[in-house]
Amino acid sequence: MDANAAAGAPAARSWIGQSIPRVEDKALLSGRGRFIDDLGVRPGTLHAAILRSPHAHANIVSTDVDAAKLARGVIAVLTGQDIKALTASLVVGVKAPVECWPIAVGRVRYAGEPVAVVVAESRYLAEDAIDLIEVEYEALPPVIDPIRAMDADSALLHDGFPNNIASDRSFKYGEPDQIFAEAERIIGISIRYPRNSCTPIETYGVVAEYDPGEQAFDVLANFQGPFSIHAVLSRALKVPGNRLRLRTPPDSGGSFGVKQGVFPYIVLIAAAARATGRPVKWIEDRLEHLTASVSATNRATTLRAAVTDDGRILALDWDQVEDCGAHLRAPEPATLYRMHGNLTGAYDIAHVAVRNRVVVTNKTPTGLNRGFGGPQVYFALERLVHRIAVELKRDPVDVISCNLVPAGAFPYRTATGALLDSGDYPTAVARAVSEGGLAELKARREKVRAEGGIYGIGYTAVVEPSVSNMGYITTVMTPAERRKAGPKSGAQATATVSIDPVGSVSVQVASIPQGQGHRTVLAQVVADVLGLTPTDIRVNAEIDTAKDAWSIASGNYASRFAPAVAGTTKIAAERLAGKLARVAAAGLNTESDDIVFAGGFVLSKRNPDNKAPFSRIAALSHWSPGALADDVGQTIRETAFWTPSELSPPDDHDHINSSLCYGFIFDFCGIEVDRVTLQPRIDCYVTMHDCGTILHPAMVDGQVRGGFAQAVGAALYEEYAYAPDGSFLAGTFADYLLPTVAEVPEPLILHMQSASPFTPLGSKGVGEGNCMSTPVCIANAVADALGIADVELPLVPARLAEVLRGAEAAAPSSRSATRPGERKLSGEGSAMVAATPQQVWSMLLDATTLSAVIPGCNAVKKISDTDFKADVTVRVGPVKSNYRARVTLIDLDHPNGVTLIGTADGALGFGAGKGRITLAPVAGEGTSVHYRYEAEIGGKIASIGGRLLDGAARVIIGQFFIALARQTARSATGGDRSIWTKLRGWLGGRR
Amino acid sequence: MTRMSAEQRHRVRFILNGEPVDRMCEPRVLLTDFIRHEIGATGTHVGCEHGVCGACTVEIDGWPARACLTLALQIDGCKVRTVEGLTGKQGRLGVLQSAFRRNHALQCGFCTAGILISLDILLARDPRADEAEIREVLTGHLCRCTGYAPIVKAALEAAAALRGDTNREAIDA
Amino acid sequence: MKPAAFDYVRAESLDEALEVLRHEGSDARVIAGGQSLMPMLNMRLSKPRVLVDIMRLEELRKVEPRQGRIVIGAAVRQAELLEWPSLARELTLLSLALPWTGHVQTRSRGTICGSVAHADPSAELPLTLLALDGEIILRSARRQRRVAARDFFRGVMATDRNDDELIEMVELPTTNGKRCAFREVARRHGDFAIVACAAVETDRGARLAIGGVADTPVAREFDRLGGSALDDALNALAWDLDARDDFHATARYRRDLVRMIGRDLIAEVTR
Repeated sequence: MDANAAAGAPAARSWIGQSIPRVEDKALLSGRGRFIDDLGVRPGTLHAAILRSPHAHANIVSTDVDAAKLARGVIAVLTGQDIKALTASLVVGVKAPVECWPIAVGRVRYAGEPVAVVVAESRYLAEDAIDLIEVEYEALPPVIDPIRAMDADSALLHDGFPNNIASDRSFKYGEPDQIFAEAERIIGISIRYPRNSCTPIETYGVVAEYDPGEQAFDVLANFQGPFSIHAVLSRALKVPGNRLRLRTPPDSGGSFGVKQGVFPYIVLIAAAARATGRPVKWIEDRLEHLTASVSATNRATTLRAAVTDDGRILALDWDQVEDCGAHLRAPEPATLYRMHGNLTGAYDIAHVAVRNRVVVTNKTPTGLNRGFGGPQVYFALERLVHRIAVELKRDPVDVISCNLVPAGAFPYRTATGALLDSGDYPTAVARAVSEGGLAELKARREKVRAEGGIYGIGYTAVVEPSVSNMGYITTVMTPAERRKAGPKSGAQATATVSIDPVGSVSVQVASIPQGQGHRTVLAQVVADVLGLTPTDIRVNAEIDTAKDAWSIASGNYASRFAPAVAGTTKIAAERLAGKLARVAAAGLNTESDDIVFAGGFVLSKRNPDNKAPFSRIAALSHWSPGALADDVGQTIRETAFWTPSELSPPDDHDHINSSLCYGFIFDFCGIEVDRVTLQPRIDCYVTMHDCGTILHPAMVDGQVRGGFAQAVGAALYEEYAYAPDGSFLAGTFADYLLPTVAEVPEPLILHMQSASPFTPLGSKGVGEGNCMSTPVCIANAVADALGIADVELPLVPARLAEVLRGAEAAAPSSRSATRPGERKLSGEGSAMVAATPQQVWSMLLDATTLSAVIPGCNAVKKISDTDFKADVTVRVGPVKSNYRARVTLIDLDHPNGVTLIGTADGALGFGAGKGRITLAPVAGEGTSVHYRYEAEIGGKIASIGGRLLDGAARVIIGQFFIALARQTARSATGGDRSIWTKLRGWLGGRR
Repeated sequence: MTRMSAEQRHRVRFILNGEPVDRMCEPRVLLTDFIRHEIGATGTHVGCEHGVCGACTVEIDGWPARACLTLALQIDGCKVRTVEGLTGKQGRLGVLQSAFRRNHALQCGFCTAGILISLDILLARDPRADEAEIREVLTGHLCRCTGYAPIVKAALEAAAALRGDTNREAIDA
Repeated sequence: MKPAAFDYVRAESLDEALEVLRHEGSDARVIAGGQSLMPMLNMRLSKPRVLVDIMRLEELRKVEPRQGRIVIGAAVRQAELLEWPSLARELTLLSLALPWTGHVQTRSRGTICGSVAHADPSAELPLTLLALDGEIILRSARRQRRVAARDFFRGVMATDRNDDELIEMVELPTTNGKRCAFREVARRHGDFAIVACAAVETDRGARLAIGGVADTPVAREFDRLGGSALDDALNALAWDLDARDDFHATARYRRDLVRMIGRDLIAEVTR
């Protein structure tokens, strides 16, 4: 696209399909974007900060907010009970006697769950007060693994979810039992898909205000939809929908689904605004975002296929266990059901069995995330296809090809109910193979392998669904339950085209872009219809639920913009054009079907010189409405509503057309694994897309590249990891590893365009596909490179060491074995103290001595002879924090040994540990003190400083023994400085 | 000795995009918060507040720096430039900004200000910077939308234009 | 993520800074470039009562040769040192390691001495200082003292520095002509090292230093060994570091890297 065309030359060709510069960019490139935190607020607005749980699972015994309330600038401190009094429970995604609050009420169920909200004059002051809140917790057993969550002896998160199972449904389509019974081969795979998130660079933001006079909320939030959530919000805030005005800022710094998850915070901050009577603003910080915003689901899947000897897949048997985290927030368990109609992927498979279970665990609740269900499903399905090729010793491309939905079969009804709208999958594969250079890639693999390198090729074929059926989530209900609840279906989209008194054209849509350039594309669409240029059209894509046309389906999700919103905008523009044609026909003395719109004029096709400026015809409805024919009505504003008839509710046999459009993607890639670091490097990546009609090629490629980069992250770097105790381990960008420019290669992008017969512009969604196809494509390539069957994402190089290298070189005989794979901190050591065992013993049991010996101990209170409480300041380098500690002595073996059990908690987290100290006399030297400990540390410190925790703990334990030795030296005869110098040498002896 | 007490505001003077700033702030106020919320230069964004994402990168005395890891008081006497300083009068985009627009090197635009500053400093120092150097500088930034390839391309194009390899006017958007 | 309140002293002389440290002890923190300290302040891991900014002290801004050694003052930024024309010749190892330290956007403010003071076990600069057998010059209101790098690093973020001291400068022997090699493995470019290795040619062979594995960087001398003797020595070193599993790497993986990269680097500097 050259700049001249964009500058407004007459449109001989259509604007659609051209990569014109974006209207959004000038402001964004000049620092004039208007993101939520750029907008300023009303005078008197307060700022919120949130205290969050350090525990994954615990009862809240007490919360002391008195000191926080008295802190400078603090207006209010709200706990779960306060919020509960002001709101109603959020709707839970399945029918069950379970509540869901935006803040912990009585119990915390994930690390990072809100526990209290401080509202103060500034964010700085609010955070100061957070540090003054004292919460006492009673820890409960954490439930982390989704499979073990269902065990009878696992702790229960919610009484209303027996065995932590929120839903358990089985489905049969066709005759899967019979096909499996008669199968030539059955090939299966068990996979775990990890937790991750597309983590936009802008975090959540909410500004809320409450008007007690009208009992109405006004909320500005960088929420992205779907606006079905508006109903959830107004219900939680206990007002009718028309008393919750929800607006979005003009710009949003990325979302990728994630900003759907701001909605519990809308309730929380709106409640805080109501409680304080002042506007309240909250901008989430990065630690909050990583720990507790929202995550994609992790999933454990067993998938089996009934396969013929030549690789034809006849039936699939899915067993999926979906982990939605601590609460089943709306719209979950949608992640599990979004792909239900296309569980057979790009393949023609007539028989399918499915068991879907949804479990809750002590992890951050899940929600929308780019790919939404696709990465989880295709990781299982396409790993399985790869395994089938390996087991049958066939080329994976052959196995893919022989199972594809045939070219002439569209629209094609899948076994589970999807109506695949259009495509030519075999041609797409063939084109990618030739244009992507697969033969050269195979040659390269042979060459690298011959030179001793580790190289593999992976493939994936997927269908990419877009425009969700608002009824697909009801597949989680039985047909009987659905009949009772009433039908849910469709995907109501809206668009408004307006003309002002000088005839200039505006467009309003409820699409809420988060960077995708919606405003540019809609200007192209409308310019084509009205014979104008995109610069003539001004588009507003923000939403104001009090004024705009919107529906529950509004918003920026399910890749619905190009197929649904842009199409609906075309319909609105065409309706307006139809009316304007009649107005013009009257003025130009011709028939309305002779009228065309071109070059800023309305003109007669037969006699192009017979014309009038567009603006003149367009403005007539303002200036002289009486001049318009009666049946024209007005031409000032046209709002179109559009919902596709193909999106019907699930039928009585649970068939569901879960999406309207299904794009096709075929990917392959070459991966080389470094012999030393074991780091997989993407050598080459080819991705073929058929997303129907392309509206703006550069934006489509932008979506592909962006999704690809996030998928590279998911495959190789990113994981929302949890320790067995439920501590969150990826709380900073130093541990949650977003790929940088150095990690993301440029994929070769190829296109086909099989127009969708079901959308006004023939276009389909394209933004999510690579998040679905790329992780498994990379995994398949690594499996090929290493010749392994089990691949776990992310592909952390260290995890490959055992697989690839076998047993390690043994430790020199002088060394004790290490403790592989342990998360618990543990260690042992010994020190020589110049005192008798009896002297050391009395010191250990004496509160006064203990307070001198425990590093940073401010006061030891002796509860009993074997029970102590202390306030401790722990310091490692610049890190310094206060803890309440409790130490109990058990297994006393006077004066030979004692076991200490301790707990500590403070602002940076909590710890629990157990240590055995044994004392042995050494002739002429004193006492050898040997210690062995193990400890667990959780909370904030574990999520942001995990890398350094072990070592920091050793520093603290070292401080304890240095102090012990020093104290002994002081009180015992013969003690001298050289002894603790020696001791220090031992403690540092790891060098 | 001047000890600036925690809860009082203290004078800080510096040059922001060529204009003098003379204001008061508390010692703990981050440069990000100061330029955004005190001065109103909201083009610089906050993405992580621990120095990794690069969204808040500004130029301090000729070097790119994380504004989130800088106290406002630390820049007393310094010259600071932000994204607002890259745009000419009447909002005309500079060579680098134009190259970004032409190459679709941004989507949501939230991380863009920091990236522009880093690249602008690199290209001002050395318009002969090659792709490896451009990539090296970009490793200090996280972008979640673009997959980076168009950013690299835009930077290379801008470098070529600044060297005079291409007609600067022709590529100005 | 906002820092807790603190007083701020923009020191106008070294004595002034030292006086604050003498008075406040562990409640004071020195801020130079702030690239390690500021994240900890923002996360409220550290809540000092007073920050002492030493970046206006001209006497700490020098990089200069001194009797066959190079002195780098506490206010010298990493990016400034990278631009020092003699770096590649005089301090070859440092010129190899510095580009691995953070990113250009953090090196612009971060200082050499600040990284040494912070003593992150994965950081490149403490490792380099140890590999080169450098010294740390500490200064308090009472005295100045020198500590060898091998005695300075005590554990994770733990050093021999007393609360009333600041690092005035570090001093490194020049590498003039000696072969040096540096390699690092991290999850991504610019991340904390999983394993960082530095090697310097010595009269008897090579000195190899490893970061990212033990609680401090660790250096060991390797006389000219060949074949299995070198393998055995590297294996012993790998195990001596007592590597641990964490979220990004396993202990075994770290030992593998020490053995393999260690061997490569020793070969590079002794060839």
